[in-house]
Amino acid sequence: MTRTLLVVLSKLVSGANIRWVGCAPDVRQRIYFANHTSNLDALVIWASLPSLVRELTRPVAARDYWIKDPLRRHLANKVLHAVLIERKKPTVHDNPLADMLAALGDRHSLIIFPEGGRQTATEMMPFKAGLFHLAKDRPDVEFVPVLIDNLNRILPKGEFLPVPLLSSVSFGAPIKLEAGEEKTRFLERAQAAVKALRQS
Amino acid sequence: MNLKLDKQTFWLVGGVLALLVVSSLIGWVLSLRTAGDQGRATIQNLNARIRAWWMMVAIFGLAMATGGIGSVVLFGLTSFMALREFITLTPTRYGDHRSLFWVFFIILPLQYYLIAIKWYGLFSIMIPVYAFLLLPIRSAAAGDCEKFLERTAKIQWALMICVYCISYVPALLSLDIPGYAGQNGKLMFYFVLVAQISDVFQYVWGKILGRHKIAPTVSPNKTWEGFIGGIACATLIGAGLWWATPFTPWQSAGMSLAITFMGFGGGLVMSAIKRDRGVKDYGNLIQGHGGVMDRIDSLCFAAPVFFHLTRFFFT
Repeated sequence: MTRTLLVVLSKLVSGANIRWVGCAPDVRQRIYFANHTSNLDALVIWASLPSLVRELTRPVAARDYWIKDPLRRHLANKVLHAVLIERKKPTVHDNPLADMLAALGDRHSLIIFPEGGRQTATEMMPFKAGLFHLAKDRPDVEFVPVLIDNLNRILPKGEFLPVPLLSSVSFGAPIKLEAGEEKTRFLERAQAAVKALRQS
Repeated sequence: MNLKLDKQTFWLVGGVLALLVVSSLIGWVLSLRTAGDQGRATIQNLNARIRAWWMMVAIFGLAMATGGIGSVVLFGLTSFMALREFITLTPTRYGDHRSLFWVFFIILPLQYYLIAIKWYGLFSIMIPVYAFLLLPIRSAAAGDCEKFLERTAKIQWALMICVYCISYVPALLSLDIPGYAGQNGKLMFYFVLVAQISDVFQYVWGKILGRHKIAPTVSPNKTWEGFIGGIACATLIGAGLWWATPFTPWQSAGMSLAITFMGFGGGLVMSAIKRDRGVKDYGNLIQGHGGVMDRIDSLCFAAPVFFHLTRFFFT
């Protein structure tokens, strides 16, 4: 019930045009990695997946943001089934990578934002290493680049009232970690795959 | 706002439905007889347009049937969607966020509220005076000076076109025309019909005979043949519908001419904006038509002129 409402609401507010450019929706295990510009990003990508796929897909989000008040906690835990990770002070016991791998299990998919925080600059920030480690540990999972466009104008950083413009979510062709590929090379390639969706 | 549903209204609605049935049949026959990829694509687009017309006529009919308030709500929503498409294509900056919030959630609903209570004195100046002055104040207070005049102008333009001009369509219901009380719904129907049928005939004549482009850099689809054929047909149809309006046949022809001219101009201007922004359509909401803005560009430009001509000469 709350889930349906949230999906409808986020589709209405974001007016998202959903484009499957490089792959088709599928229930196989995937990691969707996207640029991060707005608080709505995770919600809108999650809502734009077909319901069968959505059931299996969990957004990865910053714990400090999502446990701030009861409403966010409820949304993160009960509705989105978010994987909440520590981004400020990761320790051996509180390791985002281990949490993500555990959440992935053998049937779930994840939505992650490898830039780390939300960006106000127009250029994307370099991707963090987590994406590379995930790719190395789970070669069986598909890594799907996702480009979110215009959502930062709908709800920019620091604002709480959305302006209902139209946005788009584009899903690109999955990429793979090549044999012997270096970390920086892979991360650059992943980012290029997201950027390339702007022209498609 | 109670609108009478009289015999003439039924003739108007029946005529439009008959027209749709005929066009659907023509579209079906053409789809069976056309060969070649390009021809087939054109016919597919034509049929998608006809299907969308059924939908749009159904929605418009429903709004008319609920009396004035349904029409105000319908055009309010139309404004909302057009504005959303327009601002999406218009680069604004972070400093405009709060102003844009006002535009969507305060100014737009207020404008249609003023239309609903028929407060001509305020709905005719609220956006050109108050929104025009207050919005830049809000944007300036946000402290971002980069391209300030450009951004302010774009937001004001979006408001004028998408909200102010479109709101003149349901505003037709507020006109007090002697001897025509309670019949304004027909006037609105007449206006929308003439403006839209002019678009349709321009498209059809342009496809059949179009050779000489009017403004190739702006819109390759607008040809002199389409323009003249479309305007002539729509004006004839408009003149033939005089019985549903407060006009004589000649007056009705003149009004239709004004509507079609302004409608053509609207299409041209909105094409120029699309061309500048590097897109073909404003959106993808309506199958075959693009976005809402693509469908109503002619209404935007024609509605205020038709309203004020009618108000000046007939009230």
